[in-house]
Amino acid sequence: MATKDTPPRWDRKMQQRLARGEAAALGELYDRFASLVHSLAHRVLDDDDAADQITREVFGYIWENPDAYDPKQGNMRSWVARLTQRQAVHRLRQAEALAFAERGEGTAEELEQKVRRASVAARADYIVTSMPTPLRQALELAYFQRRDYRQTAADLGVTEDEARRRLRLGLQLLSTANTRPLEGSSPPGAGGYGRSL
Amino acid sequence: MSGANDDPEEIARAPWIPGPRRAADDHADLTSPPPPPSPSSSFAESSPFDESSPFAEFAEPSPFDESSATGLPPARDAREVPEVPEVPALPELLDLPHRTLKSLLGAWALSACSPEETRTVEAHLTECAPCADEALRLRDAVGLLHAERDLDLDPLLRSRVLENCLGRRPARIPVPAWAAPYDAETARLDALLRDIGEAEWHAPVRLKWFEGERAVNRKTTVAGVLGHLLAVDGLVAASLGLDDPLGAGIAELSPAERTEAYWKSSARPPTRAVREPWRDQSHTLIRTVSFAGRGVADLTVTYGDFALPLRDSLLERAFECWVHADDIANAVDYPYDPPSGSHLHGMIDLAARLLPAALADRRRLGLAAPARELVTAGSPGRSLHLEIEGAGGGHWYIALDSPAALGSPDHAVAQVAMDGAEFCQLLAGHVPPQDAAAGQDGDREAIRDVLFAAASLSRM
Repeated sequence: MATKDTPPRWDRKMQQRLARGEAAALGELYDRFASLVHSLAHRVLDDDDAADQITREVFGYIWENPDAYDPKQGNMRSWVARLTQRQAVHRLRQAEALAFAERGEGTAEELEQKVRRASVAARADYIVTSMPTPLRQALELAYFQRRDYRQTAADLGVTEDEARRRLRLGLQLLSTANTRPLEGSSPPGAGGYGRSL
Repeated sequence: MSGANDDPEEIARAPWIPGPRRAADDHADLTSPPPPPSPSSSFAESSPFDESSPFAEFAEPSPFDESSATGLPPARDAREVPEVPEVPALPELLDLPHRTLKSLLGAWALSACSPEETRTVEAHLTECAPCADEALRLRDAVGLLHAERDLDLDPLLRSRVLENCLGRRPARIPVPAWAAPYDAETARLDALLRDIGEAEWHAPVRLKWFEGERAVNRKTTVAGVLGHLLAVDGLVAASLGLDDPLGAGIAELSPAERTEAYWKSSARPPTRAVREPWRDQSHTLIRTVSFAGRGVADLTVTYGDFALPLRDSLLERAFECWVHADDIANAVDYPYDPPSGSHLHGMIDLAARLLPAALADRRRLGLAAPARELVTAGSPGRSLHLEIEGAGGGHWYIALDSPAALGSPDHAVAQVAMDGAEFCQLLAGHVPPQDAAAGQDGDREAIRDVLFAAASLSRM
């Protein structure tokens, strides 16, 4: 995504344009982030309609609250991803709690496990789409194309050392998805059913 | 815990590590739940979703590098490790320095090492707790890799999402309604382009249109088609005082001439690099007309041999964007739907409004039958009833004898009924007028002339 308008300049301009109430900016925001939002929501909820709904809610929230974005906290893309995940997890929790209340399906632990699994999966997806391209390419070759690291090195035109380094670093980044309980995934009672947008 | 060992914690933290996950098509593994997080992780501070932490650490070197080879416990004799018995069938154990073993952990977790390296790494993991820790973590990370879902966002979702937003908070600077089809069609094409692979940008495309009495075509590629759209949209940009992609001070050229000039301006064939300038230009156009105020809708855009007011010009560009997006989709074997009904209606309406002048042009060239009646300007005259079926359809009355006459149901001498998609294929010059599947009734000469005039609206 190395365009001439790379963040944070693009991010700040976009925030100003949204705050100004520019509908054209809203369209550009959608064009840039809709597939990220939709795929993360889909990863958590595993349902097209629910992902559509989350997409509507996330963009609605951003359009109504462009000032909620703080460029000092990171780029707009990661902010949008956080909003999406929080909203999708909130939705998942609601749906599961409802199923539990109505039909007695599942237990509180199962719910937590499901929420956690979905959150980790979504975060992993986000990490993969956000990691530097050389790392992602190496992982794609080794994992999806089943190339060994020597072939991966040859495909990428780098040394075998470098290919090993990229594979290891890429997985290290990815493993961070597993390391921290997410906000919004705390047990019910401790912090309520997540935050709503 | 073995009393024979003087380092019980070391043993506890160096469990037997099962082999790495198999890759890609092992879906059962991919959907299985990840194990609980390792409490000893040193990654806790780099979560991109944590509101409190800035998100910038991705390219940072691994914190694991701080454990240097010298800081490791002395290697134990491999023969003491029961999990790695000396069986002749096993791959040879290699003598690798610790630094190399550590660097192999990622490749090992991905099953991307040689059998000898795999066995050597696994032997090492039984005796080196830091590496064993990391190996487990990386192997679990492999389980998070996931084939990207076929990401075909419903193209109608965009308008629903934007509508919902604007309902919650009305825009202070709206996109004019007449620019909405261009906004929607460029967004649809852009979404298609995002999904196509590197090689597909060079897939051959044959642009087809209709000139005079015959169908013509021109060979290019997917990237070339986008260059064509960029060059012709540039005509609208230039008329708004924006940068012309062909450069400043370019002479007035027809769309086809602009396209050829653009293609020639680059020594090499166009690549996917054309996507960004094309998208930037379409975004800038939409933004500019949003800010420009009401009068801009009537600004004249000159296409060389004809001109349109800006509101119609962007509708025409939306139509061309769809037609060529469809060309691209066909070339790369993707499905592509027609525009929404209301946008399609606007495009058909524009064609219906242009048809009387197109008829007059053809008449001047001797390609259409002479006028039958003299009609005073603004009065109803002989008309053809054009009935378009399906989404975006409707009824139009095309004045036959003069562009200044009014089309009128009372003066209809012929009727043509067509499906909307079929009529648009005719307008795009993709279907010869004589082959257009149309229900026809009445004056056959009028019908023929109108169908040919419709095809003559097509251009590259």
